[in-house]
Amino acid sequence: MTGPAARLTRPLVRFRFDGRAYEARAGDTLAAALLANGVTLVARSFKYHRPRGIMAAGVEEPSALVTVGTGGRREPNTRATDVIVYDGLEAFSQNAWPSLDLDLGAVNGWLARLIPAGFYYKTFFGPPRRWMIYERFIRKAAGLGAPPVEPDPDGFAHRAAFCDLLVVGAGPAGLAAALAAAEAGQRVMLVEQDARVGGALLRDPVTIDGMAGVPWAEAAAQRIRMAGGRVLLRATANGYWDGNLVTVVERLAEPGQAPGASRLAQRLWKVRCGRVLLATGAIERPLAFAGNDRPGVMLSQAVRGYVRRFGVVPGRRAVIATSHDDGYRTAFALAEAGAEVVAVLDGRATPEGDLVERARARFPVFAAARPIATRTSGHRLAGVTAEVAGRTQAFAADLLAMAGGQTPVVHLHKQAGGELDWDEVTQAFVPGPSRQGQRSLGAAAGRSVLAAILAEAWEAGGGAARDFAVEDPCGPAQPAAAAVIPARLPGKAFVDFQNDVTLDDIDLAWREGYRSVEHLKRYTTLGMATDQGKTSNMAALARLAQAQGVAIPQAGLTTFRPPYTPTTLGAFAGPAVGDHAGPVRRLRLHAAHEALGAIWLPSGYWFRPRAYPQPGETPGEASLREARMVRSRVGLVDVSTLATFEIAGPDAAALLERVCATTVGRLAVGRGRYTFMLREDGLVFDDGTVWRIAEERFLLTSSTGGADRMAQHLSYVRNVLAPDLRVSVVNLQEHHCAAALAGPRATAVLERLTGDAAPLHMHCHRTAIAGTAVLVLAASYSGERAFEVYAPGDRIAAVWAALLAAAQEAGGGAYGLDAMDHLRVEKGHVVVGAEVDGRGTPADLGLGGMVRKAGGFVGWQGLQRPVLADPAGRRHLVGVESLAGPLPEGAMLVGRAGDEPQGHVTTAAPRVAGEGWIGLALLRDGASRHGETLHAWSATRGLDVPVRIGPPLFYDPEGARYRD
Amino acid sequence: MLLIDCPHCGPRAQEEFGYDRTLDSLVRIEDAPDAAMAALYARANPRGEDDEIWRHTFGCRGWMVLRRDRVSHAILSVRPLGPEALP
Repeated sequence: MTGPAARLTRPLVRFRFDGRAYEARAGDTLAAALLANGVTLVARSFKYHRPRGIMAAGVEEPSALVTVGTGGRREPNTRATDVIVYDGLEAFSQNAWPSLDLDLGAVNGWLARLIPAGFYYKTFFGPPRRWMIYERFIRKAAGLGAPPVEPDPDGFAHRAAFCDLLVVGAGPAGLAAALAAAEAGQRVMLVEQDARVGGALLRDPVTIDGMAGVPWAEAAAQRIRMAGGRVLLRATANGYWDGNLVTVVERLAEPGQAPGASRLAQRLWKVRCGRVLLATGAIERPLAFAGNDRPGVMLSQAVRGYVRRFGVVPGRRAVIATSHDDGYRTAFALAEAGAEVVAVLDGRATPEGDLVERARARFPVFAAARPIATRTSGHRLAGVTAEVAGRTQAFAADLLAMAGGQTPVVHLHKQAGGELDWDEVTQAFVPGPSRQGQRSLGAAAGRSVLAAILAEAWEAGGGAARDFAVEDPCGPAQPAAAAVIPARLPGKAFVDFQNDVTLDDIDLAWREGYRSVEHLKRYTTLGMATDQGKTSNMAALARLAQAQGVAIPQAGLTTFRPPYTPTTLGAFAGPAVGDHAGPVRRLRLHAAHEALGAIWLPSGYWFRPRAYPQPGETPGEASLREARMVRSRVGLVDVSTLATFEIAGPDAAALLERVCATTVGRLAVGRGRYTFMLREDGLVFDDGTVWRIAEERFLLTSSTGGADRMAQHLSYVRNVLAPDLRVSVVNLQEHHCAAALAGPRATAVLERLTGDAAPLHMHCHRTAIAGTAVLVLAASYSGERAFEVYAPGDRIAAVWAALLAAAQEAGGGAYGLDAMDHLRVEKGHVVVGAEVDGRGTPADLGLGGMVRKAGGFVGWQGLQRPVLADPAGRRHLVGVESLAGPLPEGAMLVGRAGDEPQGHVTTAAPRVAGEGWIGLALLRDGASRHGETLHAWSATRGLDVPVRIGPPLFYDPEGARYRD
Repeated sequence: MLLIDCPHCGPRAQEEFGYDRTLDSLVRIEDAPDAAMAALYARANPRGEDDEIWRHTFGCRGWMVLRRDRVSHAILSVRPLGPEALP
């Protein structure tokens, strides 16, 4: 049972539109429910604010865009035809003020002559200030819905799947193919964007093998499931990528609806397929005539769908305008439902055939007839003016159904790299040769006869050849001839209904010299709305071809890009939001730091202690106190996050010589050295220390933030550049932890704990602390005598506790990253990410003397480039000393505020030893400018501090404090 | 998204891999400066087939050379790089 009588058997559902309460029936789309309630004015158009209604019944709907839902679930620009009504649904019209009925923006319609195609490009001419004024109005007037402000409360999932066969579209072709494959034992997935299976069977009363179409479709879906196939409804295959990967967005809740127990609103499937059958159907084409956008002007097949599937009759007096037989089916459907068909306007000169004859017996049928204008009353259609065999004739009507031909949905076929062929009969692009495992079926392949479609699909699915018995009261469908676009049309004949592009706009673009379809598209914005031109691109192409005097395929075609329909950003993000946006890496000693009252600093994925403020202390006061504690007594800092690699084997030194730009191969056992690494272009990208633990065993440390990059780089050098070396590289970052002990009392603290003599500066040795074997590296970053103590991760807690207790006993304690930063600035040590910014050579950073002259390391060739070899004009590392108060980090170095920047302050810190502020900076020709006075100027913060340039070393220039 | 036939792990999704560079932009440490800079900055970049160095970063971490058609995205061959690929 279909039609209005069946409608009443479905349960009642309540919803609101623009605040008014309405009743719908379960299974209605929002569009069907609005039409059932006589709501024909649904939206205002994008540019001219013209009243718009519902034109289509599927995802191609260009006009009826609404906002659905409230709060974080608000979904703007939702097609009313693509929302299934649920109890409590709230929908709102868009782009209208103060109301949909009385929209002041409609004045744009009167001003249309002033805002033709590409008008905003024209506003770019003239002074930029003027554009700033235009922009405000353009942005305000041109509009779609507003995005939600609150976070989305619902979940979005990602899921991977594999199948032998993916079938897109559960119309008759897709069902037959999927059924044949599933029953032949293949792993099958069938995805359908609608909430029901059946496709065209939902609007046309055919029988297949003696069964009515809709029950046949539902039984087929059931059999696919029983054979182990997966059938997803409300699931849109929105992209076809390389390697037969298809992304499918499945809606588990309707727009604005609270999801069920899974708490998931949508699921993004990434389906890797053996084969893909595209049974994506076809989209009907509108006709071009003045006022073809009025509420009440609809696509013919959509009208049939509303009548038969939803039992909603969108008008009482209907005119059908058609270019082929399919329009007659709509006339019969409307008549069945009790509407009056006042005219069938057939564009063909001599329509003939059984269906036409049967229609002539029941309705006034006019040959060589086409609509040329519409008349409205209030905001809806009241009449149609037609040209009938050269004469004008008017009809009173509240519904105009347009059947202008069919456009096969070839999007996925094209995304998969397939080519298109041109079909002259239907004036349509149909799928041509494929590149991947895709094949198109049914209407998507330009087919029209159902029995043949089913037989072809069955075989494509893997079934043995068979016939399907199809009975169609209207007889077998004929290929859909496309409507011809008249050469000259009065009034606004819309082509792109969503972006308000008319035939006149296309003609104007042509006259202004836009010849290529890609230029035409961008200039007029045709096909660039959220519907991506599903109902408009073919008409525009036809018009362009007319103007060029070529056939449509010669006029060109724009690209079909994913996604096929608008996709919620949340579906792409999936679960990677909020706390799950990235992993959190916690230190082994996290609890120990927390017990000391640490405040945290995110450092990559790590959280490291920034400082340990005492009650009443600001973070700045705490870090300065901690730094002074290190200078005067002793401090302990967690350096476990440093990148650490063990490089071992007979050729370990040879590998390090290739990676490091300094001399490392001749390092004696038990000794270490500072080193840095270059990219191939000769610029420094990381630094660290290298230690020879044994003859064939080295330890390399480098920066925390560059740890993953360094692991990749070592792997590249070892495997790609030097595969013949006998060496292994093991990343120890997560195996070992380390604490650095620094300060004048560090030696005493360490010796007391180990009972051994502390290693000399840049020496290392193995010893034990708290019963744990440790490796002690005597390296100083702070400028004080210092030791890095390495222990296995699972033993670090005991080692840290022993070191901390001993340090506290010696008048010291823990210090954080800020204090470490203050200390290293005073010593002029560079840090990756601040001074090492990927733009400096070793010489720029004052490290030129350490570069191995013989070369033989990554980047040595790059260093020979004249632009790097000549220091003149380059940015050099310098020290800056504030002459007045705190120094703003990141500030530009200028001669005077507003001048051209000559460099910038990379790091700023208060002096640890003494008062005032100092910093490091990169300054053009800085090495020869010590003693100059410049300004550290930050326009964004409104700060301007005079500074004196000097060497990047503020403390203990001889390095006496860390040597013994 | 490409399906890459890792020589060690079999066919895996592209997102497990990292692209590094074209084979012709490989700079060997013993290359002369001019040759090295030409490899870095004056690459052939052909329309069509080329050799590319990839790494199965989120898998076996092995390196490989893909012979790939940049127009059709077809992967024509995959061969391993590194010590295990030495004769």
